[in-house]
Amino acid sequence: MKPAAFAYLAPKTLADAVAMLDRVQDDGKVLAGGQSLVPAMNFRLARPGALVDLNGVAELAGVTGDSSRGISIGALTRHAAFHAPPFEGPLADLMAKVVRNIAHYPIRQRGTFGGSLSHADPASEWCLVAATLGATMHLSSTAGTRTVPAAEFFQGTFTTALAPNEILVRIDLPPLPAGWRSGFYEFSRRKGDFALAMALAVLRTEGGAIREARLGVGGVSDRPHRLDAVEAFLAGKAPDAATFAEAAEMARGAVRVTADIHASEAFRSDLLGTVVRRALAEAAA
Amino acid sequence: MSWIGRALPRLEDPSLLKGLGNYVSDHARGAMHAAFVRSTVAAGDILGIERPDEGLVFTGADLDGVGRITAVLHRPDYRAVGQPLLPVDRVVFPGQAVAVVVAADAAAAEDLAEQVFLDIEPVDPILDFDAALAPGARAVHPEAPENVLVEGRMETPGFAEAMAAAHAVVELDLRSGRQSAMPMEPRGGVASYDAATGRVTLVASVQMPHMLRTGIADVLGIPEADLRVVAPDVGGAFGQKMSLFPEYAVLVWLARRLRTRVAWIEDRRENFLASAHSRDQAFTVRGAFAADGELLALEADLRSNVGAYSCYPVTCGVEPLMAFGELPGPYRFAQYKARSRGVTTNTCMMAPYRGVARPMLTFTMERLMEKAALQLGLDAIDVRRRNLITSFPHRSPTGVVYDEGSYLEAMEAAVAHVDIPAFRARQARARGEGRHLGLGVSVFSERTGYGTPVFAQRMMGIVPGYETVDLAMDPSGNVEIRIGASPHGQGLKTSLAQIVSDEIGVTPDKVRVISGDTDATPYGWGTFASRSIVISGGATKLAAEATATKLRKIAAMLMEADEASVTLADGFARVPGTNKAMPIAELARAAYHQSRQLGMPAGIRETGFYDPAGTFSNACHICEVEVDIETGGVRITRFVVVEDAGVVINPMIVDGQIAGGVAQGIGNALLEELIYDEDGNLLTTSLADYLPPTAVEVPDLEIIHMVTISPESITKAKGVGEGGTIGAPAAVINAVADALAPFGVEMNVMPATPERIRAALRNAKVAADA
Repeated sequence: MKPAAFAYLAPKTLADAVAMLDRVQDDGKVLAGGQSLVPAMNFRLARPGALVDLNGVAELAGVTGDSSRGISIGALTRHAAFHAPPFEGPLADLMAKVVRNIAHYPIRQRGTFGGSLSHADPASEWCLVAATLGATMHLSSTAGTRTVPAAEFFQGTFTTALAPNEILVRIDLPPLPAGWRSGFYEFSRRKGDFALAMALAVLRTEGGAIREARLGVGGVSDRPHRLDAVEAFLAGKAPDAATFAEAAEMARGAVRVTADIHASEAFRSDLLGTVVRRALAEAAA
Repeated sequence: MSWIGRALPRLEDPSLLKGLGNYVSDHARGAMHAAFVRSTVAAGDILGIERPDEGLVFTGADLDGVGRITAVLHRPDYRAVGQPLLPVDRVVFPGQAVAVVVAADAAAAEDLAEQVFLDIEPVDPILDFDAALAPGARAVHPEAPENVLVEGRMETPGFAEAMAAAHAVVELDLRSGRQSAMPMEPRGGVASYDAATGRVTLVASVQMPHMLRTGIADVLGIPEADLRVVAPDVGGAFGQKMSLFPEYAVLVWLARRLRTRVAWIEDRRENFLASAHSRDQAFTVRGAFAADGELLALEADLRSNVGAYSCYPVTCGVEPLMAFGELPGPYRFAQYKARSRGVTTNTCMMAPYRGVARPMLTFTMERLMEKAALQLGLDAIDVRRRNLITSFPHRSPTGVVYDEGSYLEAMEAAVAHVDIPAFRARQARARGEGRHLGLGVSVFSERTGYGTPVFAQRMMGIVPGYETVDLAMDPSGNVEIRIGASPHGQGLKTSLAQIVSDEIGVTPDKVRVISGDTDATPYGWGTFASRSIVISGGATKLAAEATATKLRKIAAMLMEADEASVTLADGFARVPGTNKAMPIAELARAAYHQSRQLGMPAGIRETGFYDPAGTFSNACHICEVEVDIETGGVRITRFVVVEDAGVVINPMIVDGQIAGGVAQGIGNALLEELIYDEDGNLLTTSLADYLPPTAVEVPDLEIIHMVTISPESITKAKGVGEGGTIGAPAAVINAVADALAPFGVEMNVMPATPERIRAALRNAKVAADA
């Protein structure tokens, strides 16, 4: 449980960071909170030749914007920043309710928003948020900056659109103005464990009917899924148990779930339907 | 006022809480580090081992003249299988150490270990008892062609007749998954060679230091005088650190060979792979009941997967033979037929884990009571009332003699405390709202504090059990006791100090307890099997009584009083009814400095020795849960323990033992499982996959003490180290079963994971959106 030898690089600016990463390329790895990377290195499952530590790059941290304009999250923003978000409104409610499901309190002090997205664990809550809300990722390299939509960013287990010489620097979440309500439900073996299934639902309801919906599921396959077809189905429906049960069935049909030691396909498929129903019910409550 | 019975803060805690503990890792600084090269296959023939060009690499071929670790049982059905320190011909479980490397630090050692290539031709592993017991199965060891290392059988003469006369026969097929004792601190050792004396000191995270010294000396063929074993602060053990593991003997061999200091600090992955596992049992039972619920006869087929080797010194018989002998538990019935097998497989060796066999046998008897009640149309509490032992001493059909206990009284107290009718009303209301509450009961006996009289019956080659305590009072009146027990988190030093204080009248802070050092303590058996407060506590009491006698004698002479009239308390010897008083410290000084005038042998040194037959603690656990039938999630909402461990020396320590044990029992019931895939790869090698309960999953406990005095313990205390773990799983699973009773599902597998609960409900055609 000791990592293989590696070089440690500590840039102070983003420009230095991308330059350093460019030099080490495939042999390099970006260190943010280190809550997944360092254990993987201790297991020697990850053996980067060089670590580019972003923790000294002050410009990468911080959240700007608000619910009505959307927010922009610096990649180095710690999870704990969302325990009490520095803005108000439906987006703040959503982030505050999701963050408490991420691992444990000490981990949330260290782990980062950008690190979670770059790591792309299928059970990552932030990846689900990014996919469901349609986040935009800002990626930097020595060649400049490009943007990638969440739908293209997540490509599979621990796999993203990031090139070996790119750093995720900023994530934009679109507006979620007044009138939207969110629901999040996660099932895990113990409090703080990886999700066996989770769903995020965001609804705008008016006159007794759902007008708009965002719905995503995570922890059930190799990446988070935004369920566009179910969102379309929900629009115009009454926010009641029958609607949600039908939506849950549609969700089960839309995602091919994977099995692991904690959940067979049959069980995970059951869970998928349950978390969708519960997230929708909370969003409609 | 008595020190016994006080919730005295633990004397051990200040240093531990301030980060001043002294653990094995604290001894590793500056040492060379060893890393073991482990087999990645479960079973196979070693074709070759490729070493790097440079670096210290040793294999079994280098271990000239070194023996095998061989645990012995003198039973005709026992097949002894010796464990090589590093095998040269074949590997028999995944993670088995095949080579060892030594480098300047732990990271460099891991680097070097990666350069050693094991060429192993794999064979299909045998991983579970079904595969091992299948006709024509490959033998895991040539010494045991049937893959059975030990087998107990018995049948009482009236069994068949009782079975035939039964009103109803209740059948159960129960499983317990494989679990880890999972101490917070994994194993580890630092072996230091002393060039001046040629001796090696092994500082190791162990719970039986003397036994380790004997075992290593035997395997390496050296005199025990050449080896000192020290157990410093130990971060939990729970049975996992009782056994002699190859790694420790290799460390001592390396220190002698390299004439240096070599450390090995086990990591969590190694601990899961290759330390010791536990549970992994399948019990099939048939209980014959009369119409009124009386249990007339029990038939049992008990299989334990003991893994690849037989643990030293207690042997692989520890699980199957205890299951066989103690299955009747707290219940009174005369007719018993049983077969219990320890089955060997290509999995990690099984060794004792807190509870040993009894979590599973309690699960079995308590499921049996519930199912019998259902089948007979009776109340399950009434069925237990009909069958619990109420007269003592009681002799079970396997010959186990139970001393005074309070099986029925403890259950009645728990039932009254919980208020079952009120729960049933809440349960009915909740069901109306689609919520599923359940209540589960578990009654059990916990055999504790047994010495050689009981261990000798097991026919072990090494018969543990007694304890010796050497007590000395120095000239300033401070007491030092040297014990053969080896406490590692139990707070035993505090409890023993309380016993000493009551006998000789000094405050507990004046009592220093020295343990875990073979150079400094009398030969003893360490701390395991809920033995220490009874046996080491008993020996301590005897030594303290002898000391008190001497102090009274000195006081009587110095104060010119009758010896029998002298009392010792609060640091003073007094003669009640007079104004005569002397500090005990002055008596001590006189013992050393005025021995000639006193006409007594100088100094104060006394030895206590105790080797009892043992005593049974008992308890009743009642658990309430809420089951989420859509996710299979279980939330424990209440947990009541009525415990009878005789006289409680320190209630805070006893409650702590119960709480820790219940937490592990909850893990056993709901969360923890070691899983091998079909190729024999262990899939649960980190704490992301092996899930002990956290503070969130463990509820506050309501603990009630009862006190039944047994003549079998001279301190009147009974052991309490394992009860929580023994009783909790059955209570939790019975509660889950009660919650799911409307769906007609049976809960017969531990742990009852969400997956298993949902599968049972799915099989019962309960949809996820029911």
